Amino acid sequence: MSTPPLDDRMQRLTAVRPRLLSFARLHLRNHSQAEDAVQDTLEAAIEKQDSFSGRSGYETWVFGILKFKILDTMRVQKRQGTWQPLEDEADDEAIDRQFRRNGRWLKEARPTSWGEPEAAFESETFWQVFDACMIALPDNVARVFSLRELMGLSTEEICRELGIKENNCWVILHRARLRLRACIEQGWLTEETP
Amino acid sequence: MIMCRRATELMSQRLDRPLAWQERLSLRFHLAMCGACSQCNRQFDVLHEAGKRFEPAARDEQE
Repeated sequence: MSTPPLDDRMQRLTAVRPRLLSFARLHLRNHSQAEDAVQDTLEAAIEKQDSFSGRSGYETWVFGILKFKILDTMRVQKRQGTWQPLEDEADDEAIDRQFRRNGRWLKEARPTSWGEPEAAFESETFWQVFDACMIALPDNVARVFSLRELMGLSTEEICRELGIKENNCWVILHRARLRLRACIEQGWLTEETP
Repeated sequence: MIMCRRATELMSQRLDRPLAWQERLSLRFHLAMCGACSQCNRQFDVLHEAGKRFEPAARDEQE
């Protein structure tokens, strides 16, 4: 695949912009900073188009630029002290709401089947619920989860990035997944049932 | 015998680090006995996969 012609590129950038923005927003948890990161990304994509090798898809290449911008902005956020301290993540609310004291599932929280994963991924509703549930996560939990699952960093890299212990990272990810599964199960399955 | 809550910790960590063989064994044993945890395990997999597909470009390329 060679570099698409300019008109085509502009069109594709315009088309992908809303999705870049929602990706940035989930990481940065701040609308105007997400807008800025996306704007920088689009400008860089236009300026540096020669560095697009065509080895991956064009949109994937643009997302790659955005990921760098997001990490940069997160470093700035962290330096500026706009984050809650990560080590203070003492709340076990996600766990308390789903398990009995003896460690078994609460009856009303027991996970049920989500059906075929492929069908879920093809459903627009699934993605809307996924997005809404991500937004509903506490900032710190969301940050760690999105770095791990959306950005694909290892827990070791996340710890370096955020300055936390790896063990803490695993605890936060466990909570994030429990919260997300409960939220999605509620939002998605109720939606699907007539 | 581990309880469901501990089992979900292992299901989650399985996605982030290789489990020790004792951990794998106790998780597998628990999953074989517990339907709710097996569902949870599948849901964690869906979340893991959803994260990869969230990047919509990747979704488009698979179509």
